[in-house]
Amino acid sequence: MNDFFTILKPELIITFIIFLLLFIKIGKGMTNDAMLTLIQVLLLMNFIAGFFFNTEGSLFDGMYFSNPLITLQKSILSLGVYLISLLFTDWFKKTQHLPEFFILMLSALLGMNFLISSGNFLMFFLALELASIPVAAMANFDLEKKISSEAAMKMILSSAFSSGILLFGISLMYGATGTISFAALPALLTGSPLQIMAFVFLFSAFAFKLSIVPFHLWTADVYEGSPIAVTSFLSVISKGAIAFVLVSALYKVFEPMQAVWYNMVMLLSIITMIVGNLFAVRQQNIKRFLAFSSIAQVGFILVGISGNSPDAVAAVVYFILIYVFSNLAAFGVAAAISSQTGKEKIDDYKGLYQTNPLLCWVLALALFSLAGIPPTAGFFGKLFLLTAGAAKANYLFITIAALNMIISLYYYLRVIRSMFMDKNEQPIEKINIQPSTKMALVICAAGVILIGLLSWVYDYIHSMV
Amino acid sequence: MNLTLLLLVPLLTAIAVLLVPNRQQVKWLALAGASVQLILALALLVIYRNEVAAGNTAQMFFQQQYNWFPSWNISFHIGVDGISVAMILLTAFVVIAGVLVSWNVEKMTKEFYFLLLLLSFGAYGFFISLDLFVLFFFLEIAVIPKYLLIGIWGSGKKEYSANKLALMLMGGSALVLVGLLGVYFGSSQHTFDLLLLSKISIPVKVQMICFPLLFVGFGVFTALFPFHTWVPDGHSSAPTAGSMFLAGISMKLGGYGCLRVATYMMPEGAKEYANIIIILSTIAILYGAFATMMQKDLKYINAYSSVSHCGFVLLGIGMLTKTAITGAVMQMVSHGLMTALFFAVIGMIYERTHTRQVNEMGGLLKKLPFIITVLFIVGFCSLGLPGLSGFVAEMTIFMGSWEHPDTFHRVATIAACMSIVVTAVYILRAVSQTAMGPIKESYHHLTDATWNEKAAAIILLFGIIAIGVAPFWLKDLISPGAEIIMQKISLVK
Repeated sequence: MNDFFTILKPELIITFIIFLLLFIKIGKGMTNDAMLTLIQVLLLMNFIAGFFFNTEGSLFDGMYFSNPLITLQKSILSLGVYLISLLFTDWFKKTQHLPEFFILMLSALLGMNFLISSGNFLMFFLALELASIPVAAMANFDLEKKISSEAAMKMILSSAFSSGILLFGISLMYGATGTISFAALPALLTGSPLQIMAFVFLFSAFAFKLSIVPFHLWTADVYEGSPIAVTSFLSVISKGAIAFVLVSALYKVFEPMQAVWYNMVMLLSIITMIVGNLFAVRQQNIKRFLAFSSIAQVGFILVGISGNSPDAVAAVVYFILIYVFSNLAAFGVAAAISSQTGKEKIDDYKGLYQTNPLLCWVLALALFSLAGIPPTAGFFGKLFLLTAGAAKANYLFITIAALNMIISLYYYLRVIRSMFMDKNEQPIEKINIQPSTKMALVICAAGVILIGLLSWVYDYIHSMV
Repeated sequence: MNLTLLLLVPLLTAIAVLLVPNRQQVKWLALAGASVQLILALALLVIYRNEVAAGNTAQMFFQQQYNWFPSWNISFHIGVDGISVAMILLTAFVVIAGVLVSWNVEKMTKEFYFLLLLLSFGAYGFFISLDLFVLFFFLEIAVIPKYLLIGIWGSGKKEYSANKLALMLMGGSALVLVGLLGVYFGSSQHTFDLLLLSKISIPVKVQMICFPLLFVGFGVFTALFPFHTWVPDGHSSAPTAGSMFLAGISMKLGGYGCLRVATYMMPEGAKEYANIIIILSTIAILYGAFATMMQKDLKYINAYSSVSHCGFVLLGIGMLTKTAITGAVMQMVSHGLMTALFFAVIGMIYERTHTRQVNEMGGLLKKLPFIITVLFIVGFCSLGLPGLSGFVAEMTIFMGSWEHPDTFHRVATIAACMSIVVTAVYILRAVSQTAMGPIKESYHHLTDATWNEKAAAIILLFGIIAIGVAPFWLKDLISPGAEIIMQKISLVK
């Protein structure tokens, strides 16, 4: 029984916070400011608690299992959620339904935690639903904006569609092998046509959630329509969680079908990178821009995943940790500007450096990290993904990936150029940044610089694998 | 000597520059930092020579190795040989001159010096690293400062040039990256350590794929034909110090990489592709020279002539003889000093006349005796006048090339030699149009060089003349390194 509490600790803490918020909401005893501070403290404690009293083990007949790597992955997600609670202070203070927002967000986080820990397709499906439906409700949170409800509608429809496909895949898999337990499946996988078909359906569900091309069409609209806090949650936390699960599913469950999925992952990675990059080049809205750039980043993660080695697992986890910092920093700056001026276009950023030098440097660091320029952490993250992928000695693939870094540099530099080089008679005036937002931006910037240079972060992750 | 000092000094200066409040302090701090760099580089030269004189025959001196990402076998491994010492000296000279000529930068001074110092940090790191991952890290660090320097402080179509430069250099480094990964997984040990890799032989099949990737990748940095197109735009749009750094240091990163990484690690690949390198570099030499003839803008003249001169570096490497490789390194040092000085002088003239078109100038010698005299000297160096560094370096390359008795190498050498005539034509024409003839009304009020400009010019001139008059110290510095590279190549049938 003791094990139950320690193994299930991350989920129990989140559930506890959810109920606490619910009771406070019903009691109606708090202003938005106090509420937000409380939430930030709770989320920080949740993140810190992730480092103590961790035990390995499985529960519910192998439906749920936990190990050090999984605990670390959960901590990364908790860290991301904590940073989100700090970054978008401006918007949170204005919203009328603050507790509900965090209840939904934490429910989604709870779903993701179960998702990472799931040891059975049934658990996997339930967790995935728990991780997606609250997000659709969150996308609708800019209640007075039509575009926000449109985003929520698109999100829920595409989510339902992909769940349908996933269920179909699971039932086919059950038909082909007679089991849906992750532990029992590998021994039964022979690569028969039915199994491959089931795998393709399962994989498309992942592809939907990760917005891998050609399943990416919902991404840009949803990202643009949702409030920035939700967009960042979707593109960082949600993607991170799914990528973690994809790695463990491919490496552990579908290991015997490696020959099948390697080619699939490779092809999808190439088109995802190219399409994501080429579309990002033309975007004007910063949220759409980051949406397409995040599609391209997923293509890059797939390069690492194709490596199929412990090094690849470490590289993917490491990359996502870096991605949390760099993408959240970018979204944080965009949100600070948008919440005070309503401007979301890249052209609006012209001449920003004259008025807001610090914001510009943070955004520049974040974008350099996304582009993979040293000394930012993104350089190391991308390089290790490429190295992991190169272990298969498929140099054409690696060359295409490396050349894609040039296209991505082109569009990241567009933003840099707007901010630093272009002249503007009326640049955006000095932005007043909330102290907690400032703190989060500093944390992100420090993370972007230090996680790469301090090699023990990577070593720590590598030792968990 | 502790080589990490070469990294710490520029880095700490760069950070300190960000922290001090006013413009004046920023400038003096940057100058102090650059002077310390120069002193360190000179001290390194002296200590290195003493070590050699004392009979130390190690391949790499002052090595240090720290674990960095042990799970990938990456270590922060640094050390120098004579070739690196020569490149470090070049960097230190160009940095201090660059800081001095930028004395009057009004716009965002702090950021300007920060980026310059960051660039020098990248260059030192590149020249001392013995681990290919670390080397690549430093190679890429230098790309973004260049982009920002051109884009923010540049002139003309600066955004276009900055973009073109950043993307082409990024393309080059992407190829380098793939090449390095190929070497990492292709060799029996998974390692990025240059010394380890040079001891084990990399399979020939891997070399055939990775050598061209690495050579072309580094070649982009050093204006390998047909990837030279960023050079004219980038140099002409950059601010004066930016052009000096680009041509003086940054292009040398490529040459050094081609030699130390591509050629040294993969001798079989180098032999196989040597003829292609020779053909491409001969084209670059001739094409660069003829293209320069058509230019009217002083900066474009020097930029295209850089394509031509850097062609000599690659020609020397492609010839694969000890003399030619020594010459190639000498040409890197010589061209670095010369072209940096050339750009500095162009910057000085432009600041006064506000034009860079040669046909709009004339008679400037009367008003700007110091600046124009320096222009004459550097022009003569460019066209290879004996007594200056250009002659020594190019002559060594030709001598090395002539060691090959066959027709192909002879033809390439003769074709490359002919470019000197073309160089003489364009240099003399540009210099005489600028200096001689009647002076324009509007130029009567011009004043000659200020103390900082004089100091910058004298520092670089000292280097050029020191190499030109006494080339032996440079040759002695370089040839042991060239010898080691040649030993590997001569083992290949």
